[in-house]
Amino acid sequence: MDITQYKDVYVFAEQRGGVVQKVAFELLGKARELADALNEKVVAVLLGKDIENKAQNLIQAGADKVLVVDNDALKNYMTEPYTQALSQIINERKPDILLLGATTIGRDLGPRVSARVTTGLTADCTKLEIGENGEFLMTRPAFGGNLMATILCKDHRPQMATVRPGVMQRLEDTSARKGEVEKVEVSFNMEKINRVKLLESVVKPKTTKDITEAPVLVSAGRGVHKEYYGHLRELADELNGEVSASRATVDAGNMDHDLQVGQTGKTVRPQLYVACGISGAIQHLAGMEESEYIIAINKDKFAPIFGVADIGIVGEVEKIVPLLTEKIRNLKK
Amino acid sequence: MNIIVCIKQVPDTTEVKINPQTGTLMRDGVPCIMNPDDKGGLEFALQLKDKYNAHVTVITMGLPQAEAILREALAMGVDRAILLTDRKLGGADTLATSNSLAGALRTLDYDLIITGRQAIDGDTAQVGPQIAEHLDIPQVSYLEHLDFDGKKTLTIRKQTEEGYQVLQMDTPCLVTVLASAVKPRYMHMRGIVAAYKKEIEVWGADKINVPEEKIGKAGSPTSVAKAFPKSIKPAGSLFEGSAEEAVNLIVSKLKEQHII
Repeated sequence: MDITQYKDVYVFAEQRGGVVQKVAFELLGKARELADALNEKVVAVLLGKDIENKAQNLIQAGADKVLVVDNDALKNYMTEPYTQALSQIINERKPDILLLGATTIGRDLGPRVSARVTTGLTADCTKLEIGENGEFLMTRPAFGGNLMATILCKDHRPQMATVRPGVMQRLEDTSARKGEVEKVEVSFNMEKINRVKLLESVVKPKTTKDITEAPVLVSAGRGVHKEYYGHLRELADELNGEVSASRATVDAGNMDHDLQVGQTGKTVRPQLYVACGISGAIQHLAGMEESEYIIAINKDKFAPIFGVADIGIVGEVEKIVPLLTEKIRNLKK
Repeated sequence: MNIIVCIKQVPDTTEVKINPQTGTLMRDGVPCIMNPDDKGGLEFALQLKDKYNAHVTVITMGLPQAEAILREALAMGVDRAILLTDRKLGGADTLATSNSLAGALRTLDYDLIITGRQAIDGDTAQVGPQIAEHLDIPQVSYLEHLDFDGKKTLTIRKQTEEGYQVLQMDTPCLVTVLASAVKPRYMHMRGIVAAYKKEIEVWGADKINVPEEKIGKAGSPTSVAKAFPKSIKPAGSLFEGSAEEAVNLIVSKLKEQHII
Protein backbone atom coordinates (compact mmCIF):
# COMPACT_ATOMS: atom_id res chain seq x y z
CA MET A 1 0.00 0.00 0.00
CA ASP A 2 1.47 3.35 -1.07
CA ILE A 3 0.15 5.53 1.70
CA THR A 4 1.29 8.77 0.08
CA GLN A 5 -1.56 8.42 -2.42
CA TYR A 6 -4.11 8.75 0.36
CA LYS A 7 -5.36 12.19 1.29
CA ASP A 8 -8.21 14.17 2.82
CA VAL A 9 -10.30 13.69 5.91
CA TYR A 10 -13.57 11.87 5.25
CA VAL A 11 -16.63 11.81 7.48
CA PHE A 12 -19.40 9.25 7.20
CA ALA A 13 -22.45 11.53 7.49
CA GLU A 14 -24.88 9.17 9.17
CA GLN A 15 -28.54 9.77 8.46
CA ARG A 16 -31.52 7.88 9.83
CA GLY A 17 -34.87 8.31 8.17
CA GLY A 18 -33.45 11.19 6.13
CA VAL A 19 -32.24 13.08 9.20
CA VAL A 20 -28.50 13.67 9.40
CA GLN A 21 -27.42 12.73 12.91
CA LYS A 22 -25.92 15.23 15.31
CA VAL A 23 -22.75 13.16 15.56
CA ALA A 24 -22.04 13.78 11.85
CA PHE A 25 -21.91 17.53 12.45
CA GLU A 26 -19.69 17.03 15.48
CA LEU A 27 -17.31 14.89 13.42
CA LEU A 28 -17.20 17.54 10.69
CA GLY A 29 -16.10 20.08 13.29
CA LYS A 30 -13.21 17.82 14.29
CA ALA A 31 -12.45 16.86 10.67
CA ARG A 32 -12.13 20.56 9.81
CA GLU A 33 -9.49 20.99 12.49
CA LEU A 34 -7.57 17.86 11.38
CA ALA A 35 -7.72 18.77 7.69
CA ASP A 36 -6.50 22.31 8.35
CA ALA A 37 -3.55 20.91 10.30
CA LEU A 38 -2.72 18.54 7.42
CA ASN A 39 -3.52 21.06 4.70
CA GLU A 40 -6.08 18.65 3.29
CA LYS A 41 -9.80 18.81 2.50
CA VAL A 42 -12.84 17.67 4.44
CA VAL A 43 -15.11 15.32 2.49
CA ALA A 44 -18.49 14.17 3.81
CA VAL A 45 -19.98 10.92 2.51
CA LEU A 46 -23.77 10.94 2.49
CA LEU A 47 -25.49 7.64 1.70
CA GLY A 48 -29.25 7.24 1.41
CA LYS A 49 -32.30 7.76 -0.75
CA ASP A 50 -33.53 11.26 -1.66
CA ILE A 51 -31.04 12.90 0.68
CA GLU A 52 -29.14 15.23 -1.64
CA ASN A 53 -30.89 18.24 -0.14
CA LYS A 54 -29.04 17.56 3.13
CA ALA A 55 -25.63 18.13 1.55
CA GLN A 56 -25.63 21.90 2.07
CA ASN A 57 -25.94 21.47 5.84
CA LEU A 58 -22.80 19.35 5.78
CA ILE A 59 -20.88 22.04 3.90
CA GLN A 60 -21.95 24.60 6.46
CA ALA A 61 -20.79 22.28 9.21
CA GLY A 62 -17.27 22.10 7.76
CA ALA A 63 -17.18 19.96 4.59
CA ASP A 64 -15.38 21.20 1.46
CA LYS A 65 -17.04 18.52 -0.57
CA VAL A 66 -19.99 16.17 -0.14
CA LEU A 67 -20.14 12.86 -1.98
CA VAL A 68 -23.77 11.77 -2.31
CA VAL A 69 -24.77 8.23 -3.19
CA ASP A 70 -28.50 8.17 -3.79
CA ASN A 71 -29.88 4.68 -4.24
CA ASP A 72 -32.89 2.56 -3.25
CA ALA A 73 -30.49 0.04 -1.72
CA LEU A 74 -29.41 2.72 0.77
CA LYS A 75 -32.86 3.85 1.92
CA ASN A 76 -32.55 2.18 5.31
CA TYR A 77 -29.23 1.36 6.91
CA MET A 78 -28.26 -2.24 6.17
CA THR A 79 -24.78 -3.62 6.72
CA GLU A 80 -24.04 -4.93 3.23
CA PRO A 81 -25.17 -2.14 0.87
CA TYR A 82 -23.59 0.51 3.09
CA THR A 83 -20.37 -1.52 3.30
CA GLN A 84 -20.29 -1.86 -0.47
CA ALA A 85 -20.87 1.85 -1.05
CA LEU A 86 -18.35 3.04 1.51
CA SER A 87 -15.69 0.49 0.50
CA GLN A 88 -15.97 1.46 -3.16
CA ILE A 89 -15.59 5.12 -2.28
CA ILE A 90 -12.52 4.29 -0.20
CA ASN A 91 -10.96 2.21 -2.97
CA GLU A 92 -11.57 4.85 -5.62
CA ARG A 93 -10.93 8.06 -3.69
CA LYS A 94 -8.29 6.91 -1.19
CA PRO A 95 -9.01 8.90 1.96
CA ASP A 96 -6.24 9.54 4.47
CA ILE A 97 -8.60 9.52 7.44
CA LEU A 98 -12.20 8.30 7.83
CA LEU A 99 -14.34 9.20 10.83
CA LEU A 100 -17.62 7.54 11.80
CA GLY A 101 -19.99 8.02 14.72
CA ALA A 102 -19.78 5.29 17.35
CA THR A 103 -23.50 4.64 17.03
CA THR A 104 -25.27 1.33 16.47
CA ILE A 105 -24.81 1.97 12.75
CA GLY A 106 -21.21 3.20 12.89
CA ARG A 107 -20.17 0.31 15.12
CA ASP A 108 -21.73 -2.17 12.67
CA LEU A 109 -20.46 -0.55 9.48
CA GLY A 110 -16.97 0.51 10.63
CA PRO A 111 -15.55 -2.95 11.39
CA ARG A 112 -17.11 -4.53 8.31
CA VAL A 113 -15.57 -1.84 6.09
CA SER A 114 -12.19 -1.97 7.83
CA ALA A 115 -12.02 -5.72 7.23
CA ARG A 116 -13.08 -5.33 3.60
CA VAL A 117 -10.46 -2.70 2.76
CA THR A 118 -7.90 -4.15 5.24
CA THR A 119 -7.12 -1.28 7.53
CA GLY A 120 -7.19 -0.44 11.24
CA LEU A 121 -10.15 0.97 13.10
CA THR A 122 -9.93 2.66 16.49
CA ALA A 123 -13.18 2.65 18.42
CA ASP A 124 -14.73 5.30 20.64
CA CYS A 125 -11.96 7.88 20.40
CA THR A 126 -12.17 10.76 22.85
CA LYS A 127 -9.31 12.77 21.35
CA LEU A 128 -8.10 13.04 17.75
CA GLU A 129 -5.13 15.17 16.82
CA ILE A 130 -2.30 15.57 14.36
CA GLY A 131 1.14 15.04 15.88
CA GLU A 132 4.36 16.94 15.23
CA ASN A 133 5.28 14.77 12.27
CA GLY A 134 1.84 14.80 10.74
CA GLU A 135 0.84 11.49 12.28
CA PHE A 136 -2.79 10.90 13.23
CA LEU A 137 -3.06 10.29 16.98
CA MET A 138 -6.22 8.53 18.13
CA THR A 139 -6.75 8.47 21.88
CA ARG A 140 -9.36 6.29 23.51
CA PRO A 141 -10.22 4.88 26.90
CA ALA A 142 -8.95 1.36 27.47
CA PHE A 143 -9.48 -1.21 30.16
CA GLY A 144 -13.05 -0.13 30.87
CA GLY A 145 -12.09 3.54 30.97
CA ASN A 146 -9.38 3.01 33.56
CA LEU A 147 -6.54 3.91 31.21
CA MET A 148 -6.12 6.03 28.10
CA ALA A 149 -4.31 4.71 25.05
CA THR A 150 -3.05 6.61 22.02
CA ILE A 151 -3.33 4.49 18.88
CA LEU A 152 -1.55 4.83 15.55
CA CYS A 153 -2.36 3.25 12.22
CA LYS A 154 1.03 3.60 10.56
CA ASP A 155 1.07 1.63 7.32
CA HIS A 156 -2.59 1.23 6.37
CA ARG A 157 -5.07 3.72 4.95
CA PRO A 158 -7.57 5.09 5.56
CA GLN A 159 -6.89 5.60 9.24
CA MET A 160 -10.35 4.86 10.58
CA ALA A 161 -11.80 6.01 13.89
CA THR A 162 -15.20 6.08 15.53
CA VAL A 163 -16.27 8.75 18.03
CA ARG A 164 -19.25 8.62 20.33
CA PRO A 165 -21.97 11.26 20.00
CA GLY A 166 -21.41 14.24 22.27
CA VAL A 167 -17.62 13.94 22.43
CA MET A 168 -16.59 16.36 19.68
CA GLN A 169 -18.09 19.79 19.08
CA ARG A 170 -19.58 21.18 15.91
CA LEU A 171 -18.23 24.39 14.41
CA GLU A 172 -19.86 27.51 15.72
CA ASP A 173 -20.22 30.11 13.00
CA THR A 174 -20.55 28.34 9.68
CA SER A 175 -23.11 30.30 7.66
CA ALA A 176 -20.63 31.63 5.09
CA ARG A 177 -19.00 28.34 4.13
CA LYS A 178 -19.00 27.18 0.51
CA GLY A 179 -18.38 23.75 -0.94
CA GLU A 180 -19.05 21.31 -3.72
CA VAL A 181 -21.65 18.53 -3.99
CA GLU A 182 -20.83 15.52 -6.17
CA LYS A 183 -23.18 12.66 -6.97
CA VAL A 184 -21.41 9.32 -7.04
CA GLU A 185 -22.57 6.07 -8.62
CA VAL A 186 -21.84 2.79 -6.92
CA SER A 187 -22.29 -0.66 -8.42
CA PHE A 188 -24.08 -2.97 -6.01
CA ASN A 189 -23.79 -6.73 -5.70
CA MET A 190 -27.49 -7.44 -5.07
CA GLU A 191 -27.00 -11.12 -4.38
CA LYS A 192 -24.94 -10.30 -1.30
CA ILE A 193 -27.30 -7.52 -0.29
CA ASN A 194 -30.35 -9.79 -0.46
CA ARG A 195 -28.90 -12.18 2.11
CA VAL A 196 -30.45 -10.05 4.86
CA LYS A 197 -34.00 -8.75 4.74
CA LEU A 198 -35.40 -5.94 6.81
CA LEU A 199 -38.90 -6.91 7.88
CA GLU A 200 -39.72 -4.09 10.24
CA SER A 201 -38.26 -0.92 11.76
CA VAL A 202 -39.90 0.10 14.98
CA VAL A 203 -39.41 3.51 16.53
CA LYS A 204 -40.42 3.44 20.15
CA PRO A 205 -42.20 6.62 21.24
CA LYS A 206 -39.77 8.76 23.16
CA THR A 207 -40.80 8.87 26.77
CA THR A 208 -37.76 10.82 27.82
CA LYS A 209 -35.86 13.90 26.71
CA ASP A 210 -32.44 13.54 25.15
CA ILE A 211 -30.07 14.04 28.06
CA THR A 212 -27.17 14.94 25.76
CA GLU A 213 -29.05 18.11 24.80
CA ALA A 214 -29.90 19.30 28.30
CA PRO A 215 -27.96 22.30 29.65
CA VAL A 216 -28.40 21.03 33.21
CA LEU A 217 -28.55 17.45 34.46
CA VAL A 218 -29.57 16.32 37.91
CA SER A 219 -28.38 12.76 38.12
CA ALA A 220 -29.54 10.02 40.47
CA GLY A 221 -27.25 7.31 41.81
CA ARG A 222 -27.59 4.30 44.03
CA GLY A 223 -27.53 6.60 47.08
CA VAL A 224 -30.91 8.13 46.30
CA HIS A 225 -34.01 6.12 47.08
CA LYS A 226 -36.63 5.94 44.35
CA GLU A 227 -39.20 7.79 46.42
CA TYR A 228 -37.01 10.91 46.34
CA TYR A 229 -36.70 11.09 42.55
CA GLY A 230 -39.47 13.69 42.59
CA HIS A 231 -37.11 16.04 44.43
CA LEU A 232 -34.50 15.67 41.69
CA ARG A 233 -37.14 16.27 39.01
CA GLU A 234 -38.22 19.50 40.73
CA LEU A 235 -34.65 20.76 40.93
CA ALA A 236 -34.08 19.88 37.27
CA ASP A 237 -37.27 21.73 36.30
CA GLU A 238 -36.22 24.78 38.29
CA LEU A 239 -32.88 24.84 36.42
CA ASN A 240 -34.44 24.09 33.00
CA GLY A 241 -32.68 20.75 33.00
CA GLU A 242 -33.36 17.05 32.90
CA VAL A 243 -32.95 14.09 35.21
CA SER A 244 -30.34 11.46 34.37
CA ALA A 245 -29.02 8.39 36.14
CA SER A 246 -26.02 6.21 36.93
CA ARG A 247 -25.74 2.64 35.75
CA ALA A 248 -26.66 1.27 39.18
CA THR A 249 -29.97 3.13 39.06
CA VAL A 250 -30.75 1.89 35.56
CA ASP A 251 -29.69 -1.69 36.30
CA ALA A 252 -31.98 -1.69 39.33
CA GLY A 253 -34.81 -0.93 36.92
CA ASN A 254 -35.54 2.45 38.50
CA MET A 255 -34.78 4.55 35.45
CA ASP A 256 -34.82 4.14 31.70
CA HIS A 257 -31.62 3.19 29.88
CA ASP A 258 -31.98 6.33 27.74
CA LEU A 259 -31.18 8.33 30.85
CA GLN A 260 -27.97 6.52 31.71
CA VAL A 261 -24.74 8.50 31.81
CA GLY A 262 -21.40 6.71 31.44
CA GLN A 263 -19.34 4.24 29.49
CA THR A 264 -22.30 2.04 28.57
CA GLY A 265 -24.73 4.94 28.53
CA LYS A 266 -24.40 8.43 27.12
CA THR A 267 -21.58 10.95 27.13
CA VAL A 268 -22.82 14.29 28.37
CA ARG A 269 -21.24 17.70 28.78
CA PRO A 270 -23.87 20.02 30.25
CA GLN A 271 -23.18 23.42 31.76
CA LEU A 272 -24.06 21.97 35.13
CA TYR A 273 -24.06 18.38 36.34
CA VAL A 274 -25.45 17.67 39.79
CA ALA A 275 -24.45 14.17 40.90
CA CYS A 276 -26.78 13.01 43.66
CA GLY A 277 -25.79 9.93 45.61
CA ILE A 278 -23.45 8.79 42.82
CA SER A 279 -20.26 7.19 44.09
CA GLY A 280 -18.42 7.83 40.83
CA ALA A 281 -17.28 4.57 39.27
CA ILE A 282 -14.72 5.21 36.56
CA GLN A 283 -17.29 4.15 33.95
CA HIS A 284 -19.64 6.88 35.15
CA LEU A 285 -16.94 9.54 35.26
CA ALA A 286 -16.03 8.72 31.65
CA GLY A 287 -19.49 9.89 30.60
CA MET A 288 -19.72 13.18 32.52
CA GLU A 289 -16.33 14.54 33.55
CA GLU A 290 -16.28 17.00 30.65
CA SER A 291 -19.29 18.80 32.12
CA GLU A 292 -18.53 22.47 32.61
CA TYR A 293 -19.45 22.61 36.28
CA ILE A 294 -19.95 19.62 38.56
CA ILE A 295 -21.63 19.55 41.94
CA ALA A 296 -21.57 16.28 43.84
CA ILE A 297 -23.68 15.46 46.87
CA ASN A 298 -22.86 12.25 48.70
CA LYS A 299 -22.88 10.95 52.25
CA ASP A 300 -19.53 9.23 51.83
CA LYS A 301 -16.74 11.78 51.92
CA PHE A 302 -14.40 9.30 50.24
CA ALA A 303 -16.65 8.83 47.19
CA PRO A 304 -14.55 9.07 43.99
CA ILE A 305 -17.11 11.44 42.46
CA PHE A 306 -15.64 14.19 44.65
CA GLY A 307 -12.41 13.83 42.69
CA VAL A 308 -13.99 15.38 39.60
CA ALA A 309 -16.44 17.73 41.30
CA ASP A 310 -15.95 21.49 41.38
CA ILE A 311 -17.75 21.49 44.68
CA GLY A 312 -18.40 18.44 46.79
CA ILE A 313 -21.05 18.41 49.46
CA VAL A 314 -20.85 15.75 52.12
CA GLY A 315 -24.45 15.34 53.13
CA GLU A 316 -27.87 13.88 52.48
CA VAL A 317 -29.44 14.34 49.08
CA GLU A 318 -32.97 14.01 50.51
CA LYS A 319 -32.40 17.07 52.70
CA ILE A 320 -30.23 19.25 50.52
CA VAL A 321 -32.01 18.96 47.18
CA PRO A 322 -35.51 20.13 48.27
CA LEU A 323 -33.96 23.01 50.21
CA LEU A 324 -31.92 24.00 47.18
CA THR A 325 -34.95 23.90 44.90
CA GLU A 326 -36.89 26.08 47.30
CA LYS A 327 -34.08 28.59 47.61
CA ILE A 328 -33.68 28.90 43.82
CA ARG A 329 -37.43 29.26 43.44
CA ASN A 330 -37.50 32.06 45.99
CA LEU A 331 -34.61 33.85 44.25
CA LYS A 332 -36.55 33.90 41.01
CA LYS A 333 -39.50 35.66 42.61
CA MET B 1 -27.35 -27.31 13.34
CA ASN B 2 -23.80 -26.43 14.28
CA ILE B 3 -23.30 -23.33 16.38
CA ILE B 4 -19.94 -21.85 17.29
CA VAL B 5 -19.74 -19.26 20.03
CA CYS B 6 -16.65 -17.06 20.24
CA ILE B 7 -15.92 -16.10 23.83
CA LYS B 8 -13.24 -14.04 25.56
CA GLN B 9 -11.72 -13.99 29.01
CA VAL B 10 -11.59 -10.44 30.32
CA PRO B 11 -10.59 -8.69 33.54
CA ASP B 12 -13.70 -7.60 35.41
CA THR B 13 -13.20 -3.92 34.68
CA THR B 14 -15.87 -2.89 37.16
CA GLU B 15 -13.54 -4.18 39.88
CA VAL B 16 -10.52 -2.19 38.74
CA LYS B 17 -9.49 0.65 41.00
CA ILE B 18 -7.18 3.58 40.46
CA ASN B 19 -4.60 4.46 43.05
CA PRO B 20 -5.70 8.01 43.95
CA GLN B 21 -2.15 9.08 44.89
CA THR B 22 -0.34 7.93 41.76
CA GLY B 23 -3.19 7.74 39.26
CA THR B 24 -2.06 4.27 38.23
CA LEU B 25 -4.10 1.18 37.66
CA MET B 26 -4.29 -1.35 40.47
CA ARG B 27 -4.50 -4.60 38.54
CA ASP B 28 -3.74 -6.93 41.41
CA GLY B 29 -6.56 -9.15 42.49
CA VAL B 30 -8.83 -8.16 39.62
CA PRO B 31 -10.85 -11.28 38.80
CA CYS B 32 -11.03 -12.62 35.26
CA ILE B 33 -14.47 -13.51 33.90
CA MET B 34 -16.21 -14.64 30.76
CA ASN B 35 -17.09 -11.47 28.87
CA PRO B 36 -20.76 -10.67 29.68
CA ASP B 37 -21.98 -10.17 26.09
CA ASP B 38 -20.29 -13.46 25.10
CA LYS B 39 -22.04 -15.23 27.95
CA GLY B 40 -25.33 -13.86 26.63
CA GLY B 41 -24.43 -15.28 23.22
CA LEU B 42 -23.63 -18.64 24.79
CA GLU B 43 -27.05 -18.72 26.44
CA PHE B 44 -28.76 -18.14 23.07
CA ALA B 45 -26.74 -21.04 21.64
CA LEU B 46 -27.70 -23.34 24.51
CA GLN B 47 -31.36 -22.45 24.08
CA LEU B 48 -31.09 -23.55 20.44
CA LYS B 49 -29.43 -26.74 21.66
CA ASP B 50 -32.31 -27.37 24.08
CA LYS B 51 -34.93 -26.75 21.44
CA TYR B 52 -33.38 -28.04 18.22
CA ASN B 53 -30.62 -30.30 19.50
CA ALA B 54 -27.98 -27.99 18.03
CA HIS B 55 -24.33 -28.91 18.51
CA VAL B 56 -22.55 -26.08 20.34
CA THR B 57 -18.81 -25.41 20.18
CA VAL B 58 -17.06 -22.62 22.05
CA ILE B 59 -13.76 -21.17 20.97
CA THR B 60 -11.56 -18.63 22.65
CA MET B 61 -8.28 -17.06 21.64
CA GLY B 62 -6.09 -16.04 24.52
CA LEU B 63 -3.58 -17.06 27.13
CA PRO B 64 -3.56 -20.64 28.47
CA GLN B 65 -5.47 -19.54 31.59
CA ALA B 66 -8.46 -18.74 29.35
CA GLU B 67 -9.17 -22.46 29.81
CA ALA B 68 -11.19 -21.35 32.86
CA ILE B 69 -13.98 -19.83 30.77
CA LEU B 70 -14.04 -22.89 28.50
CA ARG B 71 -14.58 -25.08 31.58
CA GLU B 72 -17.38 -22.75 32.62
CA ALA B 73 -18.94 -23.07 29.16
CA LEU B 74 -18.67 -26.86 29.33
CA ALA B 75 -20.35 -26.82 32.72
CA MET B 76 -23.16 -24.73 31.24
CA GLY B 77 -23.67 -27.45 28.66
CA VAL B 78 -21.63 -26.92 25.47
CA ASP B 79 -20.45 -29.94 23.50
CA ARG B 80 -16.97 -28.93 22.46
CA ALA B 81 -14.37 -26.40 23.61
CA ILE B 82 -11.34 -25.08 21.73
CA LEU B 83 -8.53 -22.96 23.10
CA LEU B 84 -6.58 -21.13 20.42
CA THR B 85 -3.34 -20.11 22.05
CA ASP B 86 0.06 -19.33 20.61
CA ARG B 87 2.72 -16.66 21.11
CA LYS B 88 2.49 -15.95 17.41
CA LEU B 89 -1.09 -14.77 17.92
CA GLY B 90 -0.16 -12.32 20.70
CA GLY B 91 -0.20 -8.54 20.41
CA ALA B 92 -3.09 -8.72 17.94
CA ASP B 93 -5.46 -5.82 17.34
CA THR B 94 -9.06 -6.47 16.32
CA LEU B 95 -8.25 -7.14 12.65
CA ALA B 96 -5.53 -9.69 13.42
CA THR B 97 -7.75 -11.26 16.09
CA SER B 98 -10.62 -11.59 13.65
CA ASN B 99 -8.32 -13.06 11.00
CA SER B 100 -7.04 -15.65 13.50
CA LEU B 101 -10.52 -16.62 14.67
CA ALA B 102 -11.86 -16.69 11.11
CA GLY B 103 -9.00 -19.06 10.23
CA ALA B 104 -10.01 -21.39 13.05
CA LEU B 105 -13.69 -21.18 12.10
CA ARG B 106 -12.94 -22.10 8.48
CA THR B 107 -11.68 -25.48 9.65
CA LEU B 108 -14.95 -26.15 11.52
CA ASP B 109 -18.50 -26.83 10.36
CA TYR B 110 -20.86 -24.03 11.26
CA ASP B 111 -24.34 -22.82 10.48
CA LEU B 112 -24.44 -20.03 13.01
CA ILE B 113 -21.58 -18.10 14.60
CA ILE B 114 -22.35 -16.13 17.72
CA THR B 115 -20.14 -13.49 19.33
CA GLY B 116 -20.78 -10.96 22.04
CA ARG B 117 -21.42 -7.44 20.84
CA GLN B 118 -18.27 -6.19 22.56
CA ALA B 119 -15.79 -7.09 25.29
CA ILE B 120 -15.67 -5.00 28.44
CA ASP B 121 -11.87 -4.61 28.36
CA GLY B 122 -11.80 -3.00 24.91
CA ASP B 123 -15.43 -2.07 24.13
CA THR B 124 -14.62 -2.01 20.40
CA ALA B 125 -17.50 -4.18 19.04
CA GLN B 126 -15.32 -4.96 16.01
CA VAL B 127 -14.29 -8.61 16.07
CA GLY B 128 -17.74 -10.07 15.33
CA PRO B 129 -18.43 -8.05 12.15
CA GLN B 130 -14.82 -8.50 11.02
CA ILE B 131 -15.08 -12.30 11.35
CA ALA B 132 -18.28 -12.22 9.28
CA GLU B 133 -16.49 -10.21 6.60
CA HIS B 134 -13.52 -12.59 6.45
CA LEU B 135 -15.88 -15.56 6.11
CA ASP B 136 -18.09 -13.70 3.63
CA ILE B 137 -21.27 -14.37 5.57
CA PRO B 138 -23.99 -11.89 6.56
CA GLN B 139 -24.16 -10.43 10.06
CA VAL B 140 -26.68 -8.84 12.36
CA SER B 141 -25.23 -7.04 15.38
CA TYR B 142 -26.85 -5.87 18.64
CA LEU B 143 -29.16 -8.89 18.77
CA GLU B 144 -31.75 -8.80 21.54
CA HIS B 145 -34.07 -11.58 20.41
CA LEU B 146 -33.73 -14.60 18.14
CA ASP B 147 -36.20 -17.00 16.49
CA PHE B 148 -35.13 -19.99 14.42
CA ASP B 149 -37.49 -21.86 12.09
CA GLY B 150 -35.73 -25.17 12.75
CA LYS B 151 -34.38 -25.29 9.21
CA LYS B 152 -32.37 -22.42 7.81
CA THR B 153 -33.93 -19.08 8.65
CA LEU B 154 -33.27 -16.81 11.60
CA THR B 155 -35.53 -13.91 12.53
CA ILE B 156 -33.69 -11.43 14.69
CA ARG B 157 -34.65 -8.41 16.69
CA LYS B 158 -31.82 -5.90 16.65
CA GLN B 159 -31.60 -3.05 19.15
CA THR B 160 -31.29 0.44 17.66
CA GLU B 161 -31.13 3.88 19.21
CA GLU B 162 -34.75 4.58 18.29
CA GLY B 163 -36.25 1.18 19.07
CA TYR B 164 -35.59 -2.01 17.18
CA GLN B 165 -35.50 -3.66 13.77
CA VAL B 166 -36.65 -7.11 12.77
CA LEU B 167 -34.30 -8.75 10.28
CA GLN B 168 -34.23 -12.10 8.61
CA MET B 169 -31.33 -14.13 7.20
CA ASP B 170 -30.44 -17.70 6.37
CA THR B 171 -27.56 -19.70 7.74
CA PRO B 172 -24.59 -19.60 7.50
CA CYS B 173 -24.47 -16.25 9.26
CA LEU B 174 -23.15 -14.42 12.29
CA VAL B 175 -24.88 -12.52 15.08
CA THR B 176 -23.47 -10.35 17.88
CA VAL B 177 -25.42 -10.48 21.11
CA LEU B 178 -26.18 -8.04 23.93
CA ALA B 179 -25.71 -9.30 27.51
CA SER B 180 -28.89 -7.50 28.54
CA ALA B 181 -30.95 -9.58 26.10
CA VAL B 182 -30.89 -12.78 28.11
CA LYS B 183 -30.12 -14.21 31.52
CA PRO B 184 -27.37 -16.84 31.23
CA ARG B 185 -28.03 -20.14 33.00
CA TYR B 186 -25.96 -21.22 35.96
CA MET B 187 -23.51 -24.07 35.80
CA HIS B 188 -25.17 -27.13 37.27
CA MET B 189 -23.38 -29.59 39.59
CA ARG B 190 -23.48 -32.42 37.10
CA GLY B 191 -22.15 -30.05 34.47
CA ILE B 192 -19.28 -28.90 36.66
CA VAL B 193 -18.15 -32.45 37.33
CA ALA B 194 -18.53 -33.38 33.67
CA ALA B 195 -16.69 -30.22 32.61
CA TYR B 196 -13.52 -31.44 34.26
CA LYS B 197 -13.73 -34.78 32.54
CA LYS B 198 -14.18 -33.31 29.09
CA GLU B 199 -11.19 -32.54 27.01
CA ILE B 200 -10.35 -29.03 25.91
CA GLU B 201 -8.73 -28.97 22.50
CA VAL B 202 -5.67 -26.74 22.43
CA TRP B 203 -4.84 -25.31 19.03
CA GLY B 204 -1.73 -23.44 17.97
CA ALA B 205 -1.24 -21.02 15.08
CA ASP B 206 -0.17 -23.92 12.81
CA LYS B 207 -3.70 -25.30 13.00
CA ILE B 208 -5.52 -22.30 11.50
CA ASN B 209 -3.80 -21.88 8.16
CA VAL B 210 -3.60 -18.09 8.15
CA PRO B 211 -0.47 -16.40 6.76
CA GLU B 212 1.82 -15.00 9.44
CA GLU B 213 1.51 -11.47 8.10
CA LYS B 214 -2.20 -11.55 8.99
CA ILE B 215 -1.91 -12.61 12.62
CA GLY B 216 -0.38 -11.29 15.83
CA LYS B 217 1.49 -8.03 15.89
CA ALA B 218 2.50 -8.26 12.24
CA GLY B 219 -1.14 -8.57 11.17
CA SER B 220 -2.27 -5.58 13.22
CA PRO B 221 -2.69 -2.27 11.35
CA THR B 222 -3.04 -0.41 14.65
CA SER B 223 -0.52 -0.16 17.44
CA VAL B 224 -0.52 1.48 20.83
CA ALA B 225 1.84 4.46 20.82
CA LYS B 226 1.38 5.07 24.51
CA ALA B 227 -0.90 4.23 27.40
CA PHE B 228 -1.32 6.55 30.33
CA PRO B 229 -3.58 7.06 33.32
CA LYS B 230 -6.41 9.43 32.81
CA SER B 231 -5.49 12.96 33.77
CA ILE B 232 -7.31 13.66 36.96
CA LYS B 233 -8.54 17.18 37.24
CA PRO B 234 -7.75 18.76 40.60
CA ALA B 235 -10.65 18.16 42.92
CA GLY B 236 -12.67 21.16 44.00
CA SER B 237 -13.41 21.98 47.61
CA LEU B 238 -15.18 19.53 49.85
CA PHE B 239 -17.80 20.94 52.16
CA GLU B 240 -19.10 19.37 55.33
CA GLY B 241 -21.74 21.18 57.34
CA SER B 242 -25.46 21.67 57.75
CA ALA B 243 -27.87 21.33 54.84
CA GLU B 244 -28.65 25.06 55.03
CA GLU B 245 -25.00 26.04 54.77
CA ALA B 246 -24.50 23.60 51.92
CA VAL B 247 -27.42 25.09 50.00
CA ASN B 248 -26.10 28.62 50.52
CA LEU B 249 -22.73 27.55 49.16
CA ILE B 250 -24.27 25.88 46.10
CA VAL B 251 -26.44 28.90 45.35
CA SER B 252 -23.47 31.28 45.55
CA LYS B 253 -21.49 29.03 43.16
CA LEU B 254 -24.39 28.79 40.72
CA LYS B 255 -24.56 32.59 40.69
CA GLU B 256 -20.81 32.82 40.07
CA GLN B 257 -21.24 30.45 37.13
CA HIS B 258 -24.20 32.49 35.81
CA ILE B 259 -26.39 29.42 35.95
CA ILE B 260 -28.98 31.23 38.06
